[in-house]
Amino acid sequence: MLGVIRRRVACKGNPALNLEQGIRVIASRAFSSTAKEMTVRDALNSALDEEMSADPKVFLMGEEVGEYQGAYKITKGLLDKYGPERVVDTPITEAGFAGIGVGAAYYGLRPVIEFMTFNFSMQAIDHIINSAAKSNYMSAGQISVPIVFRGPNGAAAGVGAQHSQCYAAWFGACPGLKVLVPYSAEDARGLLKAAIRDPDPVVFLENELLYGESFPVSAEVLDSSFCLPIGKAKIEREGKDVTITTFSKMVGYALQAAEILANEGISAEVINLRSIRPLDRSTINASVRKTNRLVTVEEGFPQHGVGAEICASVVEESFGYLDAPVERISGADVPMPYAANLERLAVPQVDDIVRAVKRACYRSSSLAATA
Amino acid sequence: MALYLPILRRKIGYLAMMNSTLSNFKTSFLSDKNSITTPDFCNSFSRRFHSSKADNLFDFMHNGGDSKELNFPGGIVKFTSQLKFLADVPEERVHCYRVLDDSGQLISNDFVQVNKETAVKMYKDMVMLQTMDTIFYEAQRQGRISFYLTANGEEAINIASAAALSMDDLVFPQYREAGVLLWRGFTLQEFANQCFGNKEDNGKGRQMPIHYGSNKHNYFTVASTVATQISHAVGAAYSLKMEGRDACTITYFGDGGTSTGDFHAALNFAAVMEVPVIFFCRNNGWAISTPVSDQFRSDGIVVRGKAYGIPSIRVDGNDALAVFSAVCMARTMAIREGKPVLIEALAYRAGHHSTSDDSSKYRPIEEIEWWKEAQNPVTRFREWLQGEGLWTTQAETELRDSARKEVLHAIQVAEKAEKPTVKEIFTDVYDVLPSNLRDQEKSLRETIERHSQDYPIDVPL
Repeated sequence: MLGVIRRRVACKGNPALNLEQGIRVIASRAFSSTAKEMTVRDALNSALDEEMSADPKVFLMGEEVGEYQGAYKITKGLLDKYGPERVVDTPITEAGFAGIGVGAAYYGLRPVIEFMTFNFSMQAIDHIINSAAKSNYMSAGQISVPIVFRGPNGAAAGVGAQHSQCYAAWFGACPGLKVLVPYSAEDARGLLKAAIRDPDPVVFLENELLYGESFPVSAEVLDSSFCLPIGKAKIEREGKDVTITTFSKMVGYALQAAEILANEGISAEVINLRSIRPLDRSTINASVRKTNRLVTVEEGFPQHGVGAEICASVVEESFGYLDAPVERISGADVPMPYAANLERLAVPQVDDIVRAVKRACYRSSSLAATA
Repeated sequence: MALYLPILRRKIGYLAMMNSTLSNFKTSFLSDKNSITTPDFCNSFSRRFHSSKADNLFDFMHNGGDSKELNFPGGIVKFTSQLKFLADVPEERVHCYRVLDDSGQLISNDFVQVNKETAVKMYKDMVMLQTMDTIFYEAQRQGRISFYLTANGEEAINIASAAALSMDDLVFPQYREAGVLLWRGFTLQEFANQCFGNKEDNGKGRQMPIHYGSNKHNYFTVASTVATQISHAVGAAYSLKMEGRDACTITYFGDGGTSTGDFHAALNFAAVMEVPVIFFCRNNGWAISTPVSDQFRSDGIVVRGKAYGIPSIRVDGNDALAVFSAVCMARTMAIREGKPVLIEALAYRAGHHSTSDDSSKYRPIEEIEWWKEAQNPVTRFREWLQGEGLWTTQAETELRDSARKEVLHAIQVAEKAEKPTVKEIFTDVYDVLPSNLRDQEKSLRETIERHSQDYPIDVPL
């Protein structure tokens, strides 16, 4: 029920007045002491603005980033402020502008390339992997590629199979890349700034449905020098019975699930991964060694997913600490259907997380018995 | 007025894109029949930026009823009442620029003069390239290196184009341009070290042979991916433009590479962005076993430049002076205008595609031999050089002799040198060595120590 309300409200882009936000505020108040709120969209926009202002080598490139103010308005106002040489509207060729961005990065500039969604990055994936990720290694350190590829990733709402895939697992497999997955406004600001400043190529996976969501931000987060370390996960909610690892939009769902579980006497620790590559294995393992149970949550396809890697890591490093098999929650093993009811069934919902945690805690019967 | 309405309706279709409302347009235009005033809705557009010259948006309105032409989006077009298609094949192919004839005699007075020292260096480097290619190829056949690719038949393309550039110009090669690197000062030893993947290789043994790269020489490391360097060159040219440098980028690719998506996107983009890049196509007739007739049906690559709005030229790739002149001119144009230029050098791939290929399987040996003899770029340039009194037969013998000795020596040294240490498996994946790789290296070293008999002796630790 909660899941349905949240999705409807998120679609309309109106975060005001809903149960879910109330819960989130309660959950997040424990970790920040501020009145100021910021949407993820504004967080990204301000991060881009500040980094472009600080370093004249940073420039943006992508479809509709300039005149149109960004397909999702993330780059709003930047063309006006920095001019067409630093905010470049491109023809329709992801392969083209990704390659050109990489070339610019080869020789001194710091491009931020926007894919309208990461589904379109598949057109450019040769440049991302073979021209960006591997170049420093293949050239023995002669060619560094300080480029950022950013854009919305994963399912939005009602956009069908070719607009809904999550690419965290694919990019996360590649050495040479860094892959970041912000959730909150603080994540968005801190990680995007870190990505732009990083000398290595970074894939920055946002989420369209999170753009309009507001999160509290402290004065420290709003400062222009604010930066989050790459490769460190954040414990969004501490707990002692089970560890839930997740990223991006699913962090919100996991926090909701944790609240429901708390009422039933299960204390869940929610880890916001923030970084798929490098994966913060030490935080994950330390948490599992504390709770002895693990549930991984992601929106993407199940086979070879992020959860599979986390499960392997935990089995390799903390096998003796596990009191139950690891549960993986992921999107369904089908291309995303369009009809709203089918789409809802193809993506994890809060109840799925709750049920999985209960199974891991042996509070309910096995998977086969549940729907 | 009724006569004008159909015309207006068509124009309104275009205007509708600009957030106008039909009623606004009608009232403001129709109310004032005699003057053509700017309708009110024009002020409601968002500001448009013009980084390059663009037509006045409202020119379309001032045709004054003349129906011989129309200012469509994209510019004024004249109308024709003839139902005629442009031909697929031109009546005559684009002419090929040449300065020296088959026997090295000057037949043009429209070329860029080369000074004596440059001309002699050009010849010496062409011979060195030939020698290096022959001996390295043999080394691969003997099993001493795993792979090699020659530039047989393209010595003039390599050396003459390099000679026309400055050291500040950035080179984005495909893989058949080792001569450009040779011209810039990469030593025979450095070439050999890369092919043998030894400790001295500035590529740290990371890549297979012929994947040279050197920051010092502004030569971007060769990658195996075909035609990706074309887009990279455009991006780097954009960076040069932002920097305001007196330099351009040059990128080389073959006839096969022009079929890729990267070629299209890069040329189109370069024209739109207006960046100083020279696109140099080595049309040597073959992409492994695919002849150009199976690669495209256009009149070669030169006509494609026109399609993208890029000035282009076709040159005789076996004529060093023609290549030199074309690249000199292209460089001036690219830097002065800040715009791309396309050069198509026609040549013949006299060697096999690589050591993994035997081209006699798909083309007649007589054909290969003919091109090697009759259209040899090195021979032709030597004949011109001798005609100018800058070269002698003795100099030739001495050069060939010493070149051979130098190459053999470089190979011997490279072969004996140590391989890179185990640590180089892990470095350069990222700017800073990450903790997981540090752990893996530690674990690898422990394993090697414990099971040293399972590891080859020649891998230094």
